Amino acid sequence: MRKLFATTAVALTVFGAAAVPASADTVKIAFVDPLSGGAASVGQMGLNHLKFIADTVNAAGGVNGDMLEVTGYDNQVNAQTSLVQVQKAIDEGAKIIFQGNGSSVGIAIEEFVTKYNSRNPGAHILYMNYAAVDPAMTNEKCSYWHFAFDANVTIKMEAMTNFIKDQPEVKKVYLIDQDYSFGHAVADTAVSMLKEKRPDIEIVGNEFHPLVKITDFAPYVAKIKASGADTVITGNWGQDFALLIKAAGQAGLDVKWFTYYAGAAGGPTAIKQAGLDGKVFQVNEGIANLNYGPAMETTKAYTERYKDAPTMFPRVFNAMDMMVKAMEEAKSSDPADFAPKLEGMTFQSFSNGGEMFMRADDHQLFQPIIISAIGPVESGQVDEENTGWGWKSVGEIAAKDTIVPTTCDMKRPG
Amino acid sequence: MAEILFFSAVNGITYGMLLFLMASGLTVIFSMMGVLNLAHASFYMLGAFFGFEISRHLGFWPGLVLAPLIVAVIGMGVERYGLRTVHKHGHVAELLFTFGLTFVIQKLVEMVWGKLPVDYLVPPSLDFPAFTIFATEYPAFKLFGLLASIAIFLALMLVIKRTRIGLIVQAALTHPEMVGMLGHNVDRIFMLVFGVGVGLAAVAGVIAGPALVTQSNMAGLLGPILFVVVVVGGLGSLGGAFVASLLIGLVQTFAVAFNISLADVFGPVAADSGLALYLDDIWSVTVAQVAPVLPYLLLVLILIFRPRGLMGNRES
Repeated sequence: MRKLFATTAVALTVFGAAAVPASADTVKIAFVDPLSGGAASVGQMGLNHLKFIADTVNAAGGVNGDMLEVTGYDNQVNAQTSLVQVQKAIDEGAKIIFQGNGSSVGIAIEEFVTKYNSRNPGAHILYMNYAAVDPAMTNEKCSYWHFAFDANVTIKMEAMTNFIKDQPEVKKVYLIDQDYSFGHAVADTAVSMLKEKRPDIEIVGNEFHPLVKITDFAPYVAKIKASGADTVITGNWGQDFALLIKAAGQAGLDVKWFTYYAGAAGGPTAIKQAGLDGKVFQVNEGIANLNYGPAMETTKAYTERYKDAPTMFPRVFNAMDMMVKAMEEAKSSDPADFAPKLEGMTFQSFSNGGEMFMRADDHQLFQPIIISAIGPVESGQVDEENTGWGWKSVGEIAAKDTIVPTTCDMKRPG
Repeated sequence: MAEILFFSAVNGITYGMLLFLMASGLTVIFSMMGVLNLAHASFYMLGAFFGFEISRHLGFWPGLVLAPLIVAVIGMGVERYGLRTVHKHGHVAELLFTFGLTFVIQKLVEMVWGKLPVDYLVPPSLDFPAFTIFATEYPAFKLFGLLASIAIFLALMLVIKRTRIGLIVQAALTHPEMVGMLGHNVDRIFMLVFGVGVGLAAVAGVIAGPALVTQSNMAGLLGPILFVVVVVGGLGSLGGAFVASLLIGLVQTFAVAFNISLADVFGPVAADSGLALYLDDIWSVTVAQVAPVLPYLLLVLILIFRPRGLMGNRES
């Protein structure tokens, strides 16, 4: 028996080694996000981005000669499922986990990865967070093995309220958010920052509804209407945003919308159907029509490849490009080697070339923030989801003006 | 206040009628065949996507007619070649069959139309506000959906109560063996009822598609609530399904409109009684926050206190 075992082991080693091409290794990247259910559309676009960037990097010779390989793992926006999928990805050899949708999921992955690395000496799993924006992730729960590439709730609200501050016609604000950690973070920071910057603004409603469970938002819109609000602030994304904005359009609700994710999948289609020209604003790290050459070229190539879902997430480009740069500087694709290079890195923003930096204290990226409105665009400009409507900048805030303090007490390995 | 009451009522009725369009078919199928058709909402989604595809080539109105017909034919095929074969192995097998079907249909839809919402537009002839009241517009398309649902309800009632085929269907609801003994082809009736049932769900899909969002997960949102309607209304009772649909539509919309919590109701009385501390977790949760859960609470209560449903006429 023992002999058989030994023979098999030898055979496996020989054949296993022969199966792998000697010249180039692969760097496995696990994309753990919703690929089925209500948020699948958003998750699928993230996966499209990673594949596009990986193909671009590989076509140019890869990273240190190694090829990037992206695999999607469906987490159904469920924290428990995510951990199973992360474990599966690790078992299959991935050392880099990309995730973005859902802060509740993000926090679970952040804690899991931190524990995993401390329990398994020699394991260095890195969590690249391209979109989860609960401030807890870079404050009380911050981790050395986590890097946040999207501006978190507080940073975006800082930018948003700085913009609203100078809009005298905003007098009554209604808050409507999804009932989970992210939605509550949006509502809480909105209330406190508005109170500080514009004490005259009245908060006429602060609503929470279940996450991805509402079929018809008409009752909520009737309530907003009855409150007399002139402005709505919402962190809703995916179908919760699309259904909300369509219900508002059907009821003729005439308010300004300040949003985090109006530009995410399905958003522009819904806004166009609702006919809300120039009424919907989004606060994010970049839009297509900023006339910045390198971004325009990449956008063109990307939208040609993914004609059905041409929405761009500049944060994914920032995350991947910075990671690749760190790997090249460290001459290694082991997170233990390149994470120190990522800390404190300065980089040019994908959207407008503005300066960004990765704060070493809490691994939060600070980047230029763009406030934009959506409406019909002239030919030659980029429209969203083939609607003929596109984003136009109404305000840009430099990275240095978005810095918020952190309470992170980073525990570094070693 | 009058404003929000009025709109909650209108929105509740509109949503309730959408539920009824789907539940009517489900309840008849359920009571006749004893099959809890878990895939019913998937046929609703198929209706929306077929309607969308047809509307791109022929316009919305042909879609309203053709999509439900296509779905009805598919439904009859599923009954004839799927359910009837599985039927031999009992209800659990049937249940599992329809359960599997939901995933198959969802995957097929994702393969053909993708996971992103499609741009299913309200027809231009109905793209205007029907009326404006309290400065809020009520879209003509929703009014059309409402009227269409009422018309279908009346037509169904007429067919079931006043025609020969309705008579046989009614008889088959309660005494399927006897109807078979009398020389009627019960299998064919089942197939027909299944086809009409899922066809009605498809009508709901074509009407709801442009008003809500046409996306590959739309079935998952409405599926569970349909079973609440069927159980609350009572097995095999169209009238019951009608009342239950409206009830659930109204309960859900009115609950959203109010921000009352336990703290508001009992606040002054219970402030120092320790009750607030004991119920800490739910003390300040508003009715609006729990609105989507209320139908399920209703389901539990009905099952405990009136298992045959509001208007059902047999227990099982």
